[in-house]
Amino acid sequence: MFEALKKKETYSKYFKTLKYSLYVISHPLDGFWDLTHEKRGSYAAANTILILTVLARLLKLRYTSFVVQEPVYWEDINIFVYIASIIFPLALWVIGNWGLTTLFDGKGRLGQVYIATCYGLTPYPLFQIPLMIASNFVTIEEAQLFSVLSVISLIYAAILIVLGMGQIHEYSLGKNILFTVATLFAMLVMIFILMIFFSMISQGVAYFISIAKELMFRM
Amino acid sequence: MKNKLIKIGAMVASAVIMATSIPTVATAAESNYSYIYDYWGDVQEMPDAYNVCRVFTSIDLGLDKLLKNPSGMYVHDNMIYICDTGNDRIVICERTDADSIEVVKTVERIKGDVDTKTFSGPTDIAVSDDGNIFIADKGNARILKVDSDFKYILEFGKPDDTAISADLVFQPNKIVIDTAERVYCIANNINRGLCKYEADGTFSGFVGATKVTYDFQQYLIKKFASQEQLAQMESFVPTEYDNIYMDKEGFIYTVTDAGTEEDLKSGDADAVRKLNLLGSDILVRNGEWPIYGDLYMGGGGGFAGPSLFTDVTVLDNDIYVCLDKNRGRCFGYDDQGNMVFIFGGNGNMDGYFRQPAALEHMGNDLIVLDSLDCSITLFTPTEFGSLVYTAMEKFDEGEYEASGEAWETVMKLDGNYTLAYIGIGRSLLRQKQYEEAMDYFDLKYDADNYSKAFQQYRKKWVEKNIAIIVIVILAVFLIPLGIGKIRSIKREIDKEEFFNR
Repeated sequence: MFEALKKKETYSKYFKTLKYSLYVISHPLDGFWDLTHEKRGSYAAANTILILTVLARLLKLRYTSFVVQEPVYWEDINIFVYIASIIFPLALWVIGNWGLTTLFDGKGRLGQVYIATCYGLTPYPLFQIPLMIASNFVTIEEAQLFSVLSVISLIYAAILIVLGMGQIHEYSLGKNILFTVATLFAMLVMIFILMIFFSMISQGVAYFISIAKELMFRM
Repeated sequence: MKNKLIKIGAMVASAVIMATSIPTVATAAESNYSYIYDYWGDVQEMPDAYNVCRVFTSIDLGLDKLLKNPSGMYVHDNMIYICDTGNDRIVICERTDADSIEVVKTVERIKGDVDTKTFSGPTDIAVSDDGNIFIADKGNARILKVDSDFKYILEFGKPDDTAISADLVFQPNKIVIDTAERVYCIANNINRGLCKYEADGTFSGFVGATKVTYDFQQYLIKKFASQEQLAQMESFVPTEYDNIYMDKEGFIYTVTDAGTEEDLKSGDADAVRKLNLLGSDILVRNGEWPIYGDLYMGGGGGFAGPSLFTDVTVLDNDIYVCLDKNRGRCFGYDDQGNMVFIFGGNGNMDGYFRQPAALEHMGNDLIVLDSLDCSITLFTPTEFGSLVYTAMEKFDEGEYEASGEAWETVMKLDGNYTLAYIGIGRSLLRQKQYEEAMDYFDLKYDADNYSKAFQQYRKKWVEKNIAIIVIVILAVFLIPLGIGKIRSIKREIDKEEFFNR
């Protein structure tokens, strides 16, 4: 594994695949098709984009000017919640999408769904980080533009992810939209099951703890 | 040896605990009296802006017949007029010294050509610059106008309006008068705003009724409710005002305690309004927090719910102070709606109230009338309070440097005081020290003022560095162009047969 790190081609391939994300966001249909079918994307690049997205979300809290964004009350901030706010829905989306499409002749594999989703996130760091820096050089009148651009980056990313799924699984547009909705529903079901699971576990644990306490009390 | 060490350790530890705990306990007990809400809505203790100068009970004033449920007060120059509602009389006091108030006379009967010469539960009083006295004689359903000798001039009766039902008993509760001796009155059970009378006694209409608000849910419920259900429901009517005050410019400040917690928080109800001549609300609400007193409405100490404003007074520097009868506190706001100070509480100590009823000011001193305690409390500004006032007044006068210095001193006394930072920033902004001003606004998240300072700073920066900016922009465009050109020339040369021979 470490052998690969010494080779020059590893890096050139990494940067090539990372740079390919820019092609993907400007030519989504063509881009997502080639991403898997021509193997022009890589896990390394996908991970990088995901990390950049999480970083952008965290850095925004601190480095966006208070003129643009409500100041953050740091005592209420849990950084892990912020990290999870991206990773958790993404994981649910990837698993839910793969789980459904694999039953309805989706051609994409789990890894490909992950790569395509991460490539679809590209607009978020690409917009948010420059916006964050620029926010420190504006007055309150100019701040209106920021929320608009911020929302645009989110919508852009959402459209890219949906289009990406269609290309990966070789779906028609109608089927793609149907499975997008179905995936969202699957995410809800998974959240529901997780919640039941955790509450059951905690109740089970509490049951055994109370038995143990009772025993210790009696002995 | 080991035992000794432990002993010494224990002694040191207990000494440290003693040294640290006793002063904090002492300050904590005192410090609840004055506080303010910071940017985050957290309670920040602050130095007292007002101190109790003296509390005057009926005995201190030297009254033979003690005050009984007094509910109205008016201050004119250094005269204090108190409506002794329970005893049907007016008590006129004079402030003879910084800390003494003496009764000049008590009035139980008026002179002149009128049938009813006595009062019946007078609730408010006002005095014009000409010396004429106006009394809301609630029990007799009239507003009296008498001269300075209490000789009857005329009276204002029930409004002559078709909207008022004929069997409604006119109960004038609170009155103000303007410079032309027009009378504005709040009467019980009249919810169409203030009754306005011309100087000659004719009723000329209602002004400043609150807007009736209802949401979609209420609308739907009303739509589908049966007649019996409708009868049980509260009808959508404008809220009645509880008290009024006319500032020196002729604007009427009104307060009401009718707003529910949800309405106040959502902005559907206003606790304080400032009415212009047309009766529309022109109160400036630029502060960090809405103007309804305490932000926390929990039931701490047995007093739940929002602050119930029962009176308001406006100082000459446009700071208005509202009196909360729920928790017995005074809330000071500046003309922009920023919180300036909060002090007071319920209790029997000096500076605490049992049932505060009226609030007036004499210069910058505040006078609070307690109707249950039957006492008046005289508050004078502390060094801190005076400094805040000086700083604000200097700024309004255009002496920005002096204002900045005063705010600096305020900041030294209380490093948590938001207005001090913004005050210094605004003063620096006027002195064209934009970068320093930005720092102060940044600390207290004042985006509006920060933007003003930053805009100027950015303009100055661009003007100073215009040459570099132009060069950088040109470089960004020209260098790639140049490189492209050189490359194409090189390609031409490479292609040229002549050189390749």
